[in-house]
Amino acid sequence: MDASFREALALLPDYLGQHVLLSLAALALGIAISLPLGIAAARRPRLAAPLLGLAGLVQTIPGLALLALFYPVLLALSLLSQDLFGFGFRALGFLPALAALTLYSMLPVLRNTVTALAGIEPAIRRAAQGVGMTPRQSLLLVELPLAAPVIMAGIRTAAVWVVGTATLSTPIGQTSLGNYIFTGLQTENWVFVLFGCVAAALLALVLDQLLALAGAGLAARSRPRLIAAAIGLLLVIAASLSSLLPAPSNATQSRLLIGAKNFGEQYILADLLAARLGKAGYVTATRSDLGSSIAFRALAANEIDLYVEYSGTLWTSQMHRTDMPGRASMLAQIAQWLKQHYGIVMAGRLGFENAYVLAMRADRAQALHIESLSDLAVHAPSLRIGGDFEFFSRPEWRATAAAYGLAFAMQRQYQPEFLYRAAASGDVDVISAFSSDGRVAGYGLTLLADPKAVLPPYDAILLVAPRHAHDTRLLAALHPFENTIPLPLMQQANFLLSRPSARQTPAQAAQWLEQRLEQKLAH
Amino acid sequence: MIEILGVSKTYGARGAGGPAALTNLSLTVPDGEFLALIGPSGCGKTTTLGLINRLVDPDAGEVRLEGRDIAGQDAALLRRSIGYVFQEAGLFPHLTVAENIAMTPRLMGWPKAETQARVTELLALVRLDAFAQRMPAQLSGGQRQRVALARALAARPHILLLDEPFGALDPLTRDEVAQDVRDIHRRLKLTTVMVTHDMTEALLLADRIAVMRDGALVQAGTPRELVAHPADGFVSAMLETPRRRAVALANALHA
Repeated sequence: MDASFREALALLPDYLGQHVLLSLAALALGIAISLPLGIAAARRPRLAAPLLGLAGLVQTIPGLALLALFYPVLLALSLLSQDLFGFGFRALGFLPALAALTLYSMLPVLRNTVTALAGIEPAIRRAAQGVGMTPRQSLLLVELPLAAPVIMAGIRTAAVWVVGTATLSTPIGQTSLGNYIFTGLQTENWVFVLFGCVAAALLALVLDQLLALAGAGLAARSRPRLIAAAIGLLLVIAASLSSLLPAPSNATQSRLLIGAKNFGEQYILADLLAARLGKAGYVTATRSDLGSSIAFRALAANEIDLYVEYSGTLWTSQMHRTDMPGRASMLAQIAQWLKQHYGIVMAGRLGFENAYVLAMRADRAQALHIESLSDLAVHAPSLRIGGDFEFFSRPEWRATAAAYGLAFAMQRQYQPEFLYRAAASGDVDVISAFSSDGRVAGYGLTLLADPKAVLPPYDAILLVAPRHAHDTRLLAALHPFENTIPLPLMQQANFLLSRPSARQTPAQAAQWLEQRLEQKLAH
Repeated sequence: MIEILGVSKTYGARGAGGPAALTNLSLTVPDGEFLALIGPSGCGKTTTLGLINRLVDPDAGEVRLEGRDIAGQDAALLRRSIGYVFQEAGLFPHLTVAENIAMTPRLMGWPKAETQARVTELLALVRLDAFAQRMPAQLSGGQRQRVALARALAARPHILLLDEPFGALDPLTRDEVAQDVRDIHRRLKLTTVMVTHDMTEALLLADRIAVMRDGALVQAGTPRELVAHPADGFVSAMLETPRRRAVALANALHA
């Protein structure tokens, strides 16, 4: 608890700084776009309806989906620009988050601008015309000042939305206060989750109050209040910039970006890789909580430098294969395919497998005499199954369900952490589990056998970005990982993150794992 | 001199369509005259007023000021040289009384000191010296209308246009502001055109009255001419109320 809090505090400058810069940039861009649009729309009612409709539509898209959608869009644009102009840009992280949040911030500003300008009495507009104002003067001297309080209210709403939604930019590779929340949810670190929520709420509150001060200053045309608000905003920006200063100076060296998907094992492995590469003299940074295929695409596009993938995932989700040629052949084919299609290097397997398996509470499986998927098929119609967010849409599941004729009474989706709890508490009878997950044993679950061998092997493999394909130094530095982590050791390390007593952080678990690996090497 | 020469104006669908607001209207206002435009609602009197500072552009015919067609002149610049007072004052609610009055000089780029002096002078003219820093919402209806009058006069126009300037005022205030307007008209040697639907007011204030109906001029003449020789039953009917009031007043006062 105390350690978690201290760790959270240590991460705050980086997370908060990036969150503030992202939010303010999106808000500024959103205002810069929607204010002129709002003014144009207020003068042309025919433009107003479709524009407001469109902005409203954007608002109905869940924030997470909107952010995730911008990644492939920007990736495609980047590739296009590479083809046309010879340069691409980073499609991961800041840019897609900025684009999505900018869109998100537009509705309140747009709507309030249109409403405020349309609500100005025609008599006042006529008076402006009558005293000899040009339409532009009428807008600047009369209409906008009168509309300012309502527009400001829209900007404040947008600011709060953007700060809140920016927490969702973590899965597309943009560091934000959301890192606390996503990591915390995955590792059951409630201090982290709460810390992230409170920090985001406080930030929203501070921004809102500063904007309120600016608004009041505008309304009362009080220079001191405007200056105070401006100073406040500048302080927030300066503070967040200064917290980020060390990062750009590192970035000038070739910094290695280690990717991690959104679960505990990936955090531990990323930290382990970072520690090893650090010893080899590399400067590293991690991008964690990436969505599964986002991590792969980011690697292919050289936006991250390495991450740990699982053979079965590539086989089914990326290569769209359904046949099972056996472990060795499969790994060889994957390595060949990665090299041929993307130039990605498979730098070896780590030695353990993190397979998708179905699990049940041990006592319940015993009572129903279920040991394998074939046994499960008999009882499935009266049982409930839970899966993580990906599972039911993955080809492995469709193949398994078809092969064994599995048809459950009900299926539900959970965050991985809640998934195990749901199984333990009996909310569902069967869950999709990971074979290397420490919680399988922790929650008293038993894994069901796959006699027809429908589920592919999921060997953990280390992938390296195309731009390092001929980087012998890096590949040599990664070599010691080859086949060194046995399954029980990984399970234990994973369990450190979730065991109810003395829970550890991914960094601590990585350290523990590193020590064990060194001991093993010493023997 | 203001000359309106054979002007027609139709609102609504361009070309054909909507009802004619003005049909072949001709009207001349010599320098220094106080003209009242009177008629029932929708007769085209406000449209006629708008012709003079290009708030309304004619479909046919022309409008001349000092002998020059205004169609070719920049509308915003033209309006700065003409005072205009709106029906409901039309003060800018976010600006103080002084800032409202200073608006046209500001648009014309007057030096600050000169504008300041002019504002002080006008506040004295409309007897609101102590109100410079008030906001419009803090004023009574009559005070607002007097500020509007001061604002209209700020850039020293020769022409003053009034669109039912006393419509929203109570009778006592109405009389007071009307006397101010008449007084200022004479002192500043303005050419004033006032739209009203109150014949008594027109008779009391104007040098000449132009009676309109359905977008056309029915009769124009001095109050005396109108009373002596009304052009038709419509004009007589409009004069009926003031006449009856005058008799009643005379009776009451001499009883």
